[in-house]
Order: sequence, then C-alpha cells, then structure tokens
Amino acid sequence: MTPFRVSVFAAIAAILLLAVIFELIRSRRLQERYALLWVITGLVLLVLAVWRDGLNVIARTVGIAYPPSALFMVVGLFVLVVLLHYSTVISELAERNLMLAQRIALIEQKLKETEAPQNSDSS
Amino acid sequence: MRAVAETLPAVRDERTVSVRRVAIVPALNEAPTIARVVEEIRAVDPGFEILVIDDGSTDGTQAEAERAGALVARLPYNVGIGGAVQTGYQYARDHGFQVAVQVDGDGQHDPAELARLLEPIVADRADMVVGSRFLGAGRYRTPFGRRLGIRLLAGVVSLMVRRRMTDPTSGFRAVNRRGIVLFAADYPHDYPEAEANVVAYRRRLRIVEVPVAMRDREAGRSSITVLRSLYYMIKVTLALFISLFRRYPPVVEER
Repeated sequence: MTPFRVSVFAAIAAILLLAVIFELIRSRRLQERYALLWVITGLVLLVLAVWRDGLNVIARTVGIAYPPSALFMVVGLFVLVVLLHYSTVISELAERNLMLAQRIALIEQKLKETEAPQNSDSS
Repeated sequence: MRAVAETLPAVRDERTVSVRRVAIVPALNEAPTIARVVEEIRAVDPGFEILVIDDGSTDGTQAEAERAGALVARLPYNVGIGGAVQTGYQYARDHGFQVAVQVDGDGQHDPAELARLLEPIVADRADMVVGSRFLGAGRYRTPFGRRLGIRLLAGVVSLMVRRRMTDPTSGFRAVNRRGIVLFAADYPHDYPEAEANVVAYRRRLRIVEVPVAMRDREAGRSSITVLRSLYYMIKVTLALFISLFRRYPPVVEER
C-alpha cells in the first residue's frame, strides 16, 4: 500500500506544477502548444496521487512491489516524453533559424547591390 | 460587372470609395484556387489591395497569386494560419489601411459576401465583423462531428464575449483600423479564430456577426483528422480558459 504521506506529497507537487504551468501560460511566457505535454504530466501525477487504488493496480501489473516506485516510474516516463518532444522542437527551431539567417544574408546582399550598383563596377 | 455592383450597396456606397482597404488572403498550397479568389475579390470591389500571405507553400501558390495580380508576402517556412494572418495585419498597419478583410485562399469564402461584411464597419456599428455560416445564408454542409464541436465552442465563446456567436471558428472577417492595430500586435497562434473573438472583446472592440454563404472546399487538403481535432479542442479550450485570467490593456497606436 502507498503510504498516505507519499500521496499527499505527490498531490501537492502536482498541484504546484499545474499552478506554475498556468501562470507561465497566463503571462505569455509559455505557449499553449508547448504546455500541453506538461499539463498532461501534471494531471497524471495528480490522478495517481489521489487515486491510490489505481496506483496499486499499476504497480502490481508491472511487477513493482512498492507502489510509490510506480508513481515515480510513470512520472519519469512522462518527463522522458516531454524531453524527447522538446528535442524535436529544438531541431525544428534550429532548422528555421538557419533558414532565416540564410535569407537575411541573401536579402542584405541584394539590398547592397540595388543601393550601390556602381561599386561593383569600380572594383 | 454592373449587375454585381447593383446588388452590393455597401461597395457602391460613396463612403467606401475613399476608404483604403486591403484583403488579406492566407494561403497554404492553394495553387489551384488562389488565382480565382484574387480575381473574384477584384471583380467584386476593385478598391481592394489584395495581399496573399503564402505560408510556405510548395506548389507554386506564390506564382499563381502574382499572375493573378496580387501582392504576395511569402513566409520563409510554414508558420501556421495565425502567424500568416497576423503578417497581413502588420502590413495593413504599416501601410495605413483603414479596413482589412480576411478571405481564405481555398475558395471557401465567397468574395460576393464582402459587402455584407463591410457594411457594419462602414456604418461604424462594429470594429470587427465575423461572417457566419450558421445564420441562414446559403447551405453549408458540415460533418456532424465538426458541427458539434463548433456548437460547443460557440456556446463557450458566446458566454465569454457576452453576445451570441454562432460561428466562432469562421476566418471570414473584416476589421477597421482599431482591429488592424490590435491584431497586428496581438493575434493568437495555432488555431486562432475562436480566441481572436475573445481577444477582440476583451480589448473593447465591438463585434458583429453577419450571415454569409460559404462554399464547400473546392480542392486540396481538408486537413482535419481525428487526432488533430482532439488537439484543436484541447488547445482552444485551454487557451480560452486561460484568457479569462489575462489582463488585456487597450492597444493604442504608436505615432
């Protein structure tokens, strides 16, 4: 059985996490699109903290003798998914950043060419 | 063209003649339809400057739009409908336009309805006008699931903006200068339309919904999948919920 204190602590942690996510979105420091996985993580943690029988079932199914370990396993898995997701997001951002840099370089070059075409003749 | 003009009082109205107006046409891979959309807008009201925002198409949308005589702003990569439309509003702001309309590049929005969209703005009864499919004009075939989703969203948005909104996801809109300046600075990302209503309301814009007929999608993707609809509903619900707790200071135009 999960010690009651573990459940209380996990529930508080989940609520804190959700509150922080909420405030980050509200103050526009986090876009909804990137918050969704965190929200799900927070909700899963909350559900497993409050629904103690569910946690026991999961622990027994996976073969974990001590149910709180199952709690940490599930949360760990979700964090892994979030990290993997962010890795793809960073890759996409890097790709777009490169495209922007290349575009700006070419536009600047074109701009110089149109501003002072005589320079290229005199050199 | 004379017959069309006869049926469009607001377009003929001398009040609109001098108003600088721009049509913002977001397009993603709409090469088969984009030229016709541009031509139809021009036929209905030659006074519109037509700006197509090419959201990173890979099918020659830009060339088609330019061939039809539109100005084209091409985004270097796909930024999504919200960012694309906002680019149009920023153009409208920077070039001093008084009125902007949004017309989808897929041909779903019939430019013949532009007069109905413009009328409340020209009469200064509204800062933003939303064209609704569900107010009796024309028949529009909506799949049951989507219709249910729109109904739900309409209920939520109506509560939040304190007036009945029947088609909160409609992207067929017109705004005046206040709306242009607001949306250029603050327009939602991802699936923006429903949230845009709330942003406009919270920034004290007057919103009016008018009936418009919409056409069925002619060509190209219907990009709605089950998973995406699910993401859509969750994202929009979350965004609407959080907007309740945001503060929205009025947007003032910098001079």
